[in-house]
Amino acid sequence: MNIVAILKMVPDVVEEFEVAADGKSLDIEFLRLIVNERDEHALEQALILKELLGGSVTALALDAPDIDDVLFTALAKGADRAVKVTGVEEGLTTRSAASILAQTLPNVPDLLPAELILTGCQAIDDIDAQAPALLARRLQLPYLGLVSGVEVDASTNTAKVAKEFAGGVRGEFELTLPAVLGIQAAEKPPRYVPVAKVRAAMKEGEIEEVTAPVASEAALIDIIEMNVPEVAGRAEMLEGDADEIAARLCDVLVERGLL
Amino acid sequence: MPDPTTTTYFGLPGFVVLWLFAVVAIVLFVRRVLHLLGILRLARPEIRWDRIPKRLGYVVRNVFGQARLLKEPAFGLAHFFIFWAFVFYAGSFFWNLIRGLFPVLPVPYADDMPLVAFAMEVLTVVALVAIVGAALRRYVFTPARLERTFDASFVLILITILLVTFLGGQGFKALAEEHAIAWSPVGNALGSAFAGAGIEPDTAQTLYLSMWWIHMVTVLFFLAYLPSSKHAHLLFSPFSVFFTDLSAGGMPAASEGAAQLDQFTWRQLFNALACAECGRCDRACPAHNAGFALSPKDLIHSVKEIVLSIDRPAVKAAAKGSNGGNGARTVKLLGETVSAEEVWACTTCMACMHLCPVFNEHIPLVTEMRRFMVSEGDLEERLQDVMMALTRYGNSFGKSPRARSKWTQGLDFKIKDARKAPVEYLWFVGDYASYDPRMAEATRATARTFHRAGIDFGILYEGEQNSGNDIRRAGEEGLFDMLREKNMQALGKADFKKIVTTDPHTYHALKNEYANGDGAVPASVEVLHYAELLDRLISEGKLAVNGGVNVRATYHDPCYLGRYNNVYRQPRRVLKSLGVDLVELPRNRGKSYCCGAGGGRIWMEDVAGVQERPAENRVREAADLKGVDTLVVSCPKDLIMFQDALKTEGLEDRLVVRDLIELVEEAIAPAHSGEPTVETQA
Amino acid sequence: MAGNVLVMADQWRGELSDITYELLALGRELADGLGVSLEAVIVGHQLGELPNKLGAADVVHCLDNPALADPVPDAVSQALAEVIKQQEPAAVLIPWTNVAADLLGLLPAQLDAPFLNFCQDVRVVDGQLEARCVLYGGKMEAKVVGRARPLILGVLPGARSAEQGRVDGAPTVVAASVAIQDSGVHFKSYVEPEAGDVDITQQEVLISVGRGVQSGDNVKIAEELAAELGGAVCGSRPVIDQGWLSLSRQVGKSGAIVKPKLYIAAGISGAPEHVEGMKDSDTIIAINTDPGAPIYSVAHFGAVEDATDVLPALLDAVRAKKG
Repeated sequence: MNIVAILKMVPDVVEEFEVAADGKSLDIEFLRLIVNERDEHALEQALILKELLGGSVTALALDAPDIDDVLFTALAKGADRAVKVTGVEEGLTTRSAASILAQTLPNVPDLLPAELILTGCQAIDDIDAQAPALLARRLQLPYLGLVSGVEVDASTNTAKVAKEFAGGVRGEFELTLPAVLGIQAAEKPPRYVPVAKVRAAMKEGEIEEVTAPVASEAALIDIIEMNVPEVAGRAEMLEGDADEIAARLCDVLVERGLL
Repeated sequence: MPDPTTTTYFGLPGFVVLWLFAVVAIVLFVRRVLHLLGILRLARPEIRWDRIPKRLGYVVRNVFGQARLLKEPAFGLAHFFIFWAFVFYAGSFFWNLIRGLFPVLPVPYADDMPLVAFAMEVLTVVALVAIVGAALRRYVFTPARLERTFDASFVLILITILLVTFLGGQGFKALAEEHAIAWSPVGNALGSAFAGAGIEPDTAQTLYLSMWWIHMVTVLFFLAYLPSSKHAHLLFSPFSVFFTDLSAGGMPAASEGAAQLDQFTWRQLFNALACAECGRCDRACPAHNAGFALSPKDLIHSVKEIVLSIDRPAVKAAAKGSNGGNGARTVKLLGETVSAEEVWACTTCMACMHLCPVFNEHIPLVTEMRRFMVSEGDLEERLQDVMMALTRYGNSFGKSPRARSKWTQGLDFKIKDARKAPVEYLWFVGDYASYDPRMAEATRATARTFHRAGIDFGILYEGEQNSGNDIRRAGEEGLFDMLREKNMQALGKADFKKIVTTDPHTYHALKNEYANGDGAVPASVEVLHYAELLDRLISEGKLAVNGGVNVRATYHDPCYLGRYNNVYRQPRRVLKSLGVDLVELPRNRGKSYCCGAGGGRIWMEDVAGVQERPAENRVREAADLKGVDTLVVSCPKDLIMFQDALKTEGLEDRLVVRDLIELVEEAIAPAHSGEPTVETQA
Repeated sequence: MAGNVLVMADQWRGELSDITYELLALGRELADGLGVSLEAVIVGHQLGELPNKLGAADVVHCLDNPALADPVPDAVSQALAEVIKQQEPAAVLIPWTNVAADLLGLLPAQLDAPFLNFCQDVRVVDGQLEARCVLYGGKMEAKVVGRARPLILGVLPGARSAEQGRVDGAPTVVAASVAIQDSGVHFKSYVEPEAGDVDITQQEVLISVGRGVQSGDNVKIAEELAAELGGAVCGSRPVIDQGWLSLSRQVGKSGAIVKPKLYIAAGISGAPEHVEGMKDSDTIIAINTDPGAPIYSVAHFGAVEDATDVLPALLDAVRAKKG
């Protein structure tokens, strides 16, 4: 059972965002990058499957600030290989990134065919594509997204996959392997790996580097303006400490016949 | 009087009989001790023999002086006498033993020396009284924490036999010699009593010999039995005091944690041998009293169980490197006799270790097991989130590092950036004082007070990170190291003379755990808690307080300021200088009762079985004080915990929780300029 | 027909969701703006009367095929791609729902067409479509245009009101036949959420808890408050994932769409996935420590405070009021 987990860095929404001088991109001065949350779930799901069935997990990512830390953390969590795709420009759109991945994956030594390629089903900066679907199409592999559970049957080379629908209903699908899955949530929340183990991985582990193809695809969309949305447009804001707020809310409930 | 060892019994000289008994007893004793040492050798090494003079000082104070036991005077005194009677007895016994084994030695028996005999008689009588007291306590007025075990009763009986046979022997000796013996008042009195009971001097001589032999054989039996009994603490506790951790609130050296025997250090296992199961730790433990799974006494007892579960062949096999058939090295503590809930319940408040008469170390055990679980990724999700947040953002709130100084908005002056301009005091604000909205006003009050005092201070702004004190105690040693390194980098870029902290937890870390070798806080840099600095500013006249804070208040000693660092006087002096009528809590200073937030517990869920949270217990204690309406704290976590507890206990009308700094600011300035305060009107 | 606006109907288990009509309303506006006609496409099997319910459209392409009976994204994508290739629309509006979510990835990849994700609104500006897209979980928004046709737009719920799109009409229904190839993805069955729990869609009062409540204990306080107000507790995804509440209590895209009289969002920041599940509640009260939380833009009353402080205070106040 060989699994590739693809990780990508996205801006951390903990920071205040500002628009850059060009008026149509993020100001990167104070930008902090973190791993896309769903990608962490994808890695976790990969590790869970490996622990269950054996095999290997390769964590793979396009080069980005702090990506080495992320890949070493993946090694510390139990990934067997870490691969960094270098020579990519910064600020790629999802479509360009997925297209680079699709071209690079077959060139990584001893990587494909992997039974499963897992990555987050979406990211907060997906403006022009969904990476796993595009990757699956380019690699001509079956794809399913919004996945929150994976069971593999090695004897039939299939995976039983749970996909989220609405109202708490899940659908069960069967996929022929190899396949690409867009992970919404792993069976368990991503594990914590102690700093000491990450540091040990930094000392002992190795990140393989693969160069990205030179040709990148022409963009199909243009961002013409970016801005911070206006919030608190509707809400009447209540001031004071918790008790004062509670008292005001109580009045509101009475006024509206809710109490 | 005939010499018991030169008298012949059934054709055998007495000293030969004594040799037989002595050899058997000593062989059994040594065998047992070597076995126990063999088990300790399977554990990880730990150096506990540095600074020997200091260690000997501890032994003098706490073994010979019984200092910790005497903190509970009634029982402590009884133990004090039993201890000294024991030492005296042990000394005189070995004297007599040597003399008996080598009858040719030209020395008398110890009890033939008038002064020694006198002292022994007096001690014996006192010890008998103490033993009656102890027996009454154990069997008639049994405190809840005491368990009646066979072992305890057996030892009480043995000791009684020893005391009675000695006194009896003295009596029969006096009777047999038919004249009063110098310096033997009890012997003489008993002699007359025995004579009055019709005992003949000849019979007395035989009875004297019987007493002597019963006494010697009992002691030899006791010697052989001791290392296997609960009273092994007689043997081991002096060593556990000697091998105590000399650092303040010391954390075990970096490790991957421990769950099984060979993953603990020998000193951690040694706790098991030294414990006398007195239960002081349980009584002091906030987690235990709240109904959480933890009992520090049971924790040590569980260690004892695994240590004593290993038999001789297993130790031998393990020592040869193999796993010894039944796996001596891998006997599990965590997950078998100790549950994860127990380990996570500890607040690391230090109350148990502070009281333990044999200097056992509970917190290192807890820390090792927490480290193990952290290393296995076996921890509750909220704690995991906090660890992620600390790794990522350097604060436990998961907020942007740039938001750390947000509280400064609303000050009408700018606080210096210590990374850019030299300052005298570097103020290390800490996570809770920086990020928690409930603390913001108190933190601003601190800034305004420093400003008013005219001291030259600055902060590190987003350069500061969580000090790591609590996450270290939650078992994430590597994360503590990382936070320390980042803080050290930030401190390295700043130019300052002294450090002042808001949070006692931060204070402890910076003062005691940042200064170790790797270019950390140099020893020349003084680390102060703001209570210490305020005390200094007031006493030096730099902060003029008008003494107008006319409240009747009590003060809660934070664990990490008090027990960990002995800062008790300064906050009290500050309060008194403000005019506060200070009423002490029943549990004050070293006996202070933890709010329940320490050791990372502030980030964990309540454990099943909670009856009354520590903070709730504490605010009720404060509310019960007559006329006291203010609970003063000097720790941000206390403020948060106690304010919550007031709500859940419904004591909001009775008590307010206030930070020390708020009272200080009230005393130096009218709360709102232009608006006269209550004090000035009155 | 070439240059038209094509709306994909959100058909799931034989029903059309509100967002279908929202998209029809938006599509109509765009079609009028461009001076073209509005077409709809509905995919499934044994669709019966459903195509006729898309009255706002001029033409409905009906892809009724046994291979499309179940929502296998790959199959639906193949079918749609076929229709798009035939019809050459200027724009394709796809509803951003869990049912259609995978199409948003597959379809543009298959057609190599420009795609705009997370569209909150789309307008015609100078004869060109310009979308307002939500980025970074609502922290930013961007005006975006496509460079080629057909432009595929993933439109979030709430772009227009569904009522606007519920138009009685008699659209021309065209049966389209497409060949579906096996994609290696096979639907097996649905797993329903465990029954027996409270149906949160039927409650008049919902106390909804999010990440900001910090612990399972605080959920209990929310439960007490819900009991006092005669309602139930529900939550956002993180709380469900933590196991503090069962899956049947989830509000949002993957959970339930609720419209109670009172919705108290405690410690919920208001990610778009959550907001779409509760935005139509009569009275929304939001309590969150982050003054910039997007939840305030849908709430009627807001307070920047720690929900763990306000909930117990509110519980006390409500109890006091009730006597």
